[in-house]
Amino acid sequence: MADLGIDFAGIRAPNPFWLASAPPTDKEYNVRRAFEAGWGGVVWKTLGEDPPVVNLSSRYGGLAYGGRRLMGLNNIELISDRPLATNIAEIKRVKRAYPDRALVVSLMVPCEESRWQAILPLIEETGADGIELNFGCPHGMSERNMGAAIGQVPDYVEMVTRWCRQNTRMPVIVKLTPNVTDILQPARAARKGGADAVSLINTVQSVIGVDLDVMAPMPVVDGKGTHGGYCGPGVKPIALRMVGEIARDPAMHGIPISGMGGIGSWRDAAEFLAMGAGSLQICTAAMHYGFRIVEDLIDGLSRWMDGKEYGAVRDVTGRAVSRYVPWNALNMNFRTLARIDADRCIGCGLCHIACEDTSHQAIARQDDNGRRTYEVIGESCVGCNLCAHVCPVSDCITMEPQPCTHELTWPYHPSNPNRIVA
Amino acid sequence: MMPDIACGRLTESQLERNFSDAHPGLTRDQAALEAERCFYCHDAPCIEACPTGIDIPRFIKAIAVDNPGGAARIILDANILGGSCARVCPTEILCEQRCVHTAIESGRPVRIGALQRHATDWQMEQDDHPFTRGEPTGKRIAVVGAGPAGLACAHRLAMRGHEVVVFDRHERPGGLNQYGVAAYKLADDFAQREVDFLMAIGGIRFEAGCSLGRDITLASLRNAYDAVFLALGLGGVRALGLDNAQNPSVIDAVAFIEALRSAPYRQARVGRRVVVIGGGNTAIDAAVQARLLGAEEVTLVYRRGTESMSATPEERDWARVNDVTIRVWARPDRLLIENGTLRGVSFLRGRPGPDGAPLYDPEAGFVLEADMVLKAIGQSLLPLSPEGEMPRVQDGRIVVTQGGRTTLPGVYAGGDCTIGADLTVVAVRDGRDAAESIHAALAGAVRNNGQDPDGKGAGSHG
Repeated sequence: MADLGIDFAGIRAPNPFWLASAPPTDKEYNVRRAFEAGWGGVVWKTLGEDPPVVNLSSRYGGLAYGGRRLMGLNNIELISDRPLATNIAEIKRVKRAYPDRALVVSLMVPCEESRWQAILPLIEETGADGIELNFGCPHGMSERNMGAAIGQVPDYVEMVTRWCRQNTRMPVIVKLTPNVTDILQPARAARKGGADAVSLINTVQSVIGVDLDVMAPMPVVDGKGTHGGYCGPGVKPIALRMVGEIARDPAMHGIPISGMGGIGSWRDAAEFLAMGAGSLQICTAAMHYGFRIVEDLIDGLSRWMDGKEYGAVRDVTGRAVSRYVPWNALNMNFRTLARIDADRCIGCGLCHIACEDTSHQAIARQDDNGRRTYEVIGESCVGCNLCAHVCPVSDCITMEPQPCTHELTWPYHPSNPNRIVA
Repeated sequence: MMPDIACGRLTESQLERNFSDAHPGLTRDQAALEAERCFYCHDAPCIEACPTGIDIPRFIKAIAVDNPGGAARIILDANILGGSCARVCPTEILCEQRCVHTAIESGRPVRIGALQRHATDWQMEQDDHPFTRGEPTGKRIAVVGAGPAGLACAHRLAMRGHEVVVFDRHERPGGLNQYGVAAYKLADDFAQREVDFLMAIGGIRFEAGCSLGRDITLASLRNAYDAVFLALGLGGVRALGLDNAQNPSVIDAVAFIEALRSAPYRQARVGRRVVVIGGGNTAIDAAVQARLLGAEEVTLVYRRGTESMSATPEERDWARVNDVTIRVWARPDRLLIENGTLRGVSFLRGRPGPDGAPLYDPEAGFVLEADMVLKAIGQSLLPLSPEGEMPRVQDGRIVVTQGGRTTLPGVYAGGDCTIGADLTVVAVRDGRDAAESIHAALAGAVRNNGQDPDGKGAGSHG
């Protein structure tokens, strides 16, 4: 059996699945239920100063797609709206009751050193394993110069991180916002400020939809809407890219990364690990289906690791990073061709029309005694994969790599006017 | 002694339950989920399998994106009787049989019929009619027969700006939808509601109680109208060929169904033990409805094997679900009659002969006790009245070429009275296509300065 236990920047957990700082980790009741369900850790919903913030009614907007009523959420909820002392007392109790689980506390106070100096000892006193600086919240709090307002300015990221590093012995995780042009800037700033780890991504600024009767963005709050933070499976590709970007950056080499953004299955989890994550955070999937999903995450990941003979999570972390390269490093001599398995083909014609209308006219339709068949025109196929993706049948269209004698990258390509001549 | 044939075998509420919608419509959520199963095939096989060529993936996609009006428009544009077709079409041998889902999940095609019903039901709940009449052409067309073919033709002609008069021998329009199909397939007076919906386009007048050859003649119609469309259906029934077949307890299945659809169910008479002879959908409809009216025992007897029955497997299952016993390889030999009262039917057992034709054993048989025999052994074209010129009839059907043209200029035909599958959806296609062909001919006549392409002078009548 694979060992799912992790040591993430000095924070130990029996498995890499942590609940992200969000409504599911808002209070003792929920967190106890999460730990009972088997979660390896939680990042307690962001604490701020008293008096606590006030949240609105009507907080989530849902994205429906393809027959699913919910495939993504955006939220306009702020940080914890409970008194600091209540949270502190609960954190202390929960940590004592579950000493083997990771309990990280998310924090957000105004951008003054004294404010951070004041709150850090309170957290330390709870026995929590670490802190996560919420530099990511893209709505509401950012209008008050916190959250993403810090995360979008590398100098601030570095400064606040340093204040925390200098004022606590707890590991400091800096949570990054994806709402930036270059994720490496705030990530490097965090490291420069002394961060022990980074976590990403926070939610993506979004308008989830427009209520066409009210004519206002959703979720509608008494006739008006505001932008929120988008999360769920749709943000996974964005998150994977950013995690990989940091993992392969020499300036960030070796920094622990807590990966999150759309993780809902063991496969998503494995992909985040492969792109460099050392721990994983989850929220939307739990909000959709409840805490029980952790059992399937653990079971699926460990079965997959057993099958691949990975003994521990650290053996998976970063496995794909060396193969995540710039476009210029890809082999231009490589060729892959679509092949259609006529026996599996159900005759839907989707490959044909996709190729005919939007690609390279490389799939011909034939009528074989009333049964339609489709065939790839090898000389026209550029190996784009589109047909394989639109085909509703698994393994009906396969992309077959062709023999390739030697590698040729763009910097050396004859068509490149600035090519490197040996 | 009187035969045990009676009405009111069941209570009013039992009857109401029995004849309610056999397969109620999908809810909005159900429709949305089912619609999402559609792969939105290109050049979809289901479209090819639909006689009216409805763009099925497109209308399903429209349902999926919450555009039921758009979906209904796509359906009704191709098939104005899309609502009843959604209910009565044997989709399992048409569109749904060709659904590519069946290649992945055997027996689980996208429920095209149910989705079509969902969209057309939505449309019929709206106040507006989705089509408008074209500019008036001043042309008048007579349609004989207010069944699916006649109605589809009338509607398309109205859309093209023509004036239409539809004649029918019945009191109500609808044809088999109104009088011939099992009530639970078109529950809640659907046939009438659909006719009302269709007529809302305007320009269509219905003349009830008009029989061709009795109240109107083809010659007079040809004189008075610019074109005639014959959608006569099959008004005749084949004979059983047995002695005493005229016994009052031996009834045509079509007449039995027509009677129960023309009056409250409590007035419909049915035997305690019923034998239905035949293997088509009419036989099933009659057998099941006999059960639903309260017959204790209903046995459907077919002369060949199950595989030869024209009733689809789904229809046969439906009969079994309703406790109809199906017996095959048996031919009625004698009606057992005592003092004028039907007592039963004796059958000869059969088996497939060497050439495939059934062989019946005169020595081996069985008797089914019966108070009522319903014969459903096929319908035929009533002889066209001999007076005047008549279109050519061959093998019991009116001969037509492309666009429903008969051998007589200006006379078109379609539906069951012409050759082709006897399906509602085929009748609708025939009517629609004949209308387009009539419209093209009349427009051509106008363009050609009064020269009718059929060689008949335009404007010479009316």
